[in-house]
Amino acid sequence: MSAVTFDHVSRHFGAVKAVDGVSLDIAEGEFFAMLGPSGSGKTTCLRLIAGFERPTAGNIRIFGDPVQNLPPYKRNVNTVFQDYALFPHLNVIDNVAYGLMIAGQGRRQRHAAAEEALELVRLSGYGARKPSELSGGQRQRVALARALVNKPRVLLLDEPLGALDLRLREQMQEELKSLQRQLRITFVFVTHDQGEALSMADRVAVFDHGQIIQTGTPEDIYFRPEVPFVADFVGSSNVLPEALVARLTGESRPASIRPERLKLAAEGPLRARVTGLSFLGLATRVSLEAGDTRLTCLLPQDAARPAEGEDVALDWEPGDLHMMKAGA
Amino acid sequence: MHSDRAPLSLKIAAAAGLLFMHLPILLIFAYAFTTEEKSFAWPPPGLTLKWFAVTWNRPDVWAALQLSLKVAAISTGMALVLGAFCAAAVSRSRFFGRETISLMVILPIALPGVVTGIALRSAFSIADVPFSTWTIVLGHATFCVVVVYNNAVARFRRTSGSLIEASMDLGANSFQTLRHVIMPNIATALLVGGMLAFALSFDEVIVTTFTAGQQQTLPIWMLEELVRPRERPVTNVVAMVVVLVTLLPILGAYYLTRGTDQVAGQGK
Repeated sequence: MSAVTFDHVSRHFGAVKAVDGVSLDIAEGEFFAMLGPSGSGKTTCLRLIAGFERPTAGNIRIFGDPVQNLPPYKRNVNTVFQDYALFPHLNVIDNVAYGLMIAGQGRRQRHAAAEEALELVRLSGYGARKPSELSGGQRQRVALARALVNKPRVLLLDEPLGALDLRLREQMQEELKSLQRQLRITFVFVTHDQGEALSMADRVAVFDHGQIIQTGTPEDIYFRPEVPFVADFVGSSNVLPEALVARLTGESRPASIRPERLKLAAEGPLRARVTGLSFLGLATRVSLEAGDTRLTCLLPQDAARPAEGEDVALDWEPGDLHMMKAGA
Repeated sequence: MHSDRAPLSLKIAAAAGLLFMHLPILLIFAYAFTTEEKSFAWPPPGLTLKWFAVTWNRPDVWAALQLSLKVAAISTGMALVLGAFCAAAVSRSRFFGRETISLMVILPIALPGVVTGIALRSAFSIADVPFSTWTIVLGHATFCVVVVYNNAVARFRRTSGSLIEASMDLGANSFQTLRHVIMPNIATALLVGGMLAFALSFDEVIVTTFTAGQQQTLPIWMLEELVRPRERPVTNVVAMVVVLVTLLPILGAYYLTRGTDQVAGQGK
């Protein structure tokens, strides 16, 4: 059964089409990422599911029930907000128990459930503290516990890791992933970080200008982008323009090739000049120029390195050149 | 070379400034105990506590005090309701003319009391409204609303908008959100605004002279009393009470908001 279904949903703010004719289908138990640059409509989509926004057109269903006219408090979904939105006047345990308090549970019962949820996010014993006494990472876990304690059928996460530093973010990515597997709740996750989307999600929808450009597994998105925008946005893939591809293959379509799949060779179909080298640890990134086209190639650490300014030939396996649709 | 200690001249100037501001008030207190009742002679020829008893037995004092408390209480109540709703509307939603409305709410406190008073008096006479307690209350409410509004709007600004969304997301309807999230977050701001509004209303003279009919609030009663020399130290006793009644809420407001936000509108 589908957890969330969008049927040609639009949300226009005056002349601004924040979400424009989006259709999507999120399966139950799926970890679904909505990826896109800021202003691409991904957060508005999340707010449409939560009920903070109403669609100007189209239908939204949650587990089959139409919800477009239901207020947020009548939907069985919960949100982890980007700024966490913890209640500053309540301590941690009352923050987590808020939803249960509203639902009419007694103090003892809801505190026990809240303590359990805090244990789930590894914050046992923090119940008496005020949100202002916690670090960013701890606040994030409280926000997670506060949402999960209500046993939502869909959990919405709005850039939940955006405010954390790199190491904490990597740690939380793994924790979120294992939490999702453990609880079997449908997670819908909004992010502008392609690495985050690819590493955590079962499926990714790439947004641009209020529309979904491509939906697929992380492997689809990464290795088989349908249009240059996706190739460009999801990691630094090399996009070969139509004219160049026409010369190489005879087909007038843009194509993409991953930097790690480009090889420096003695002979190859494409010649380029080395414009820069940077050491990345596991690999060396080589910046290249083939006519007007800038390319990047990742060399394994044990490969021979060219010199800057040198002319090299580029080669690849036939299957690595991925043909895309013409246009944007 | 700079010294950490203030120079003597600066200390003297500071002391003189403080004396200049506070000595007259101490004089008022001193005259409450004088034995001389026709004129204020310095030094007081003798000290007595009898004026406290005299004041206690004067029905006109009680009537004026009662009216002042009543007016202050009602206008504070009106200010709390109107000011809080106004602040919520201005800070929670975007609409055409929002900034203008915000300015118009604050304007009465910038307007000289004389202008507010004359404006209200002519408005009442055009509308044929007879002077009563309610006209005084309306006059006071014009500036009390501002004080409450300013405090509430500052608090709303610091309260993240997503708190309300979070509350709704967790199943609370509008009323439950108001009760469990909005009220606890703006309660101290409202308390402070209310205390200041009460203190402002309690010692207001100018607007009251234009909007009161035959009734006397306590400050108006004191003004009249100074013109008629009869048991003059009674005025001083009342003055002491007024100082205490208005000072305590202002001090309370100061301590409640210390280190949080600016207490707006203390100046009026």
